[in-house]
Amino acid sequence: MAHQAITPAGSAHDEHEHHETPVVFGFWIYLMTDCVLFGTLFAVFAVMRNQFAGGPTGKELFDLQGVGLETLILLLSSITFGFGALSAQAKKHGLFIFWLAVTFLLGLSFVGMEIREFSHMVAEGNGPDRSAFLSAFFTLVSTHGLHVTCGLIWIAVVALQSFGSQAWTPRFMSKLTCLSLFWHFLDIVWICVFTFVYLMSVI
Amino acid sequence: MSNAHHSAMGHDEPGEGHASYGSYMIGFFLSLILTAGAFAAVMVHAMSPSTTIAVISVLAIVQVFVHVVYFLHMNTDPETTWNRLAFAFAILVVLIVVFGFLFVMHDTAMHMMSR
Repeated sequence: MAHQAITPAGSAHDEHEHHETPVVFGFWIYLMTDCVLFGTLFAVFAVMRNQFAGGPTGKELFDLQGVGLETLILLLSSITFGFGALSAQAKKHGLFIFWLAVTFLLGLSFVGMEIREFSHMVAEGNGPDRSAFLSAFFTLVSTHGLHVTCGLIWIAVVALQSFGSQAWTPRFMSKLTCLSLFWHFLDIVWICVFTFVYLMSVI
Repeated sequence: MSNAHHSAMGHDEPGEGHASYGSYMIGFFLSLILTAGAFAAVMVHAMSPSTTIAVISVLAIVQVFVHVVYFLHMNTDPETTWNRLAFAFAILVVLIVVFGFLFVMHDTAMHMMSR
């Protein structure tokens, strides 16, 4: 096939082909289980959304402009990561590091905004212990935030590894593919968070 | 260049394959429009609450599929049938969990007359 004409060590890549594809598929299966995990947390939130226990409602607590900015930041980080993945495919190291750094900074500012929002709420006495609604809210949104934090660590690790001798090998590329699936998946979860948690609580 | 990588990997796994700067930009602008639409629907207060909930739910579902197609690169390639099957099964489980949970808790609340 075409790949044997393009890659010099065609047979070596064939070897990898059979090892690497299951890695990405296995990671895909992990993401699906993660999807079910978030599904249960959304279900809990849906049940608890009106259990305010006399505490503040979402309408009083949520700042839609902040949420809109967080959404924009995460969406931007999705395409900057996509550009990074394309740079890796083209083996353009400088461009790859640039896009990964931009993605990392966007992700970091997202987590920073979330931590600021949470600490602000806790400082006003509206922490997870205030009502069932807030317990469900903090559990769901901070689980997403923790995933983003893990994604940030992973981005840093992959960026560092790209300086090593393993860069651009099929093994490295399949790791990068897994990370890109993970990062885009988190953006999909955030769509559901801003719609079903923030926007619906404010209506 | 993407061809070289593509053939090295062998298959059209989601997350690689037919990606290009153009497809990412299309996905980004579609998402931007859908997100802005959802925020506008809530912030403008032009519709009744139940209509607004229906509208933003539909916008969210559409945007999830935009992301799945343009960012996760899910396609109709026969090589990735198992990826799509796993995805469909995950969606099914999530729907059963969410709606089953809501149904059971609503029913419980009715029987205990707590609402």
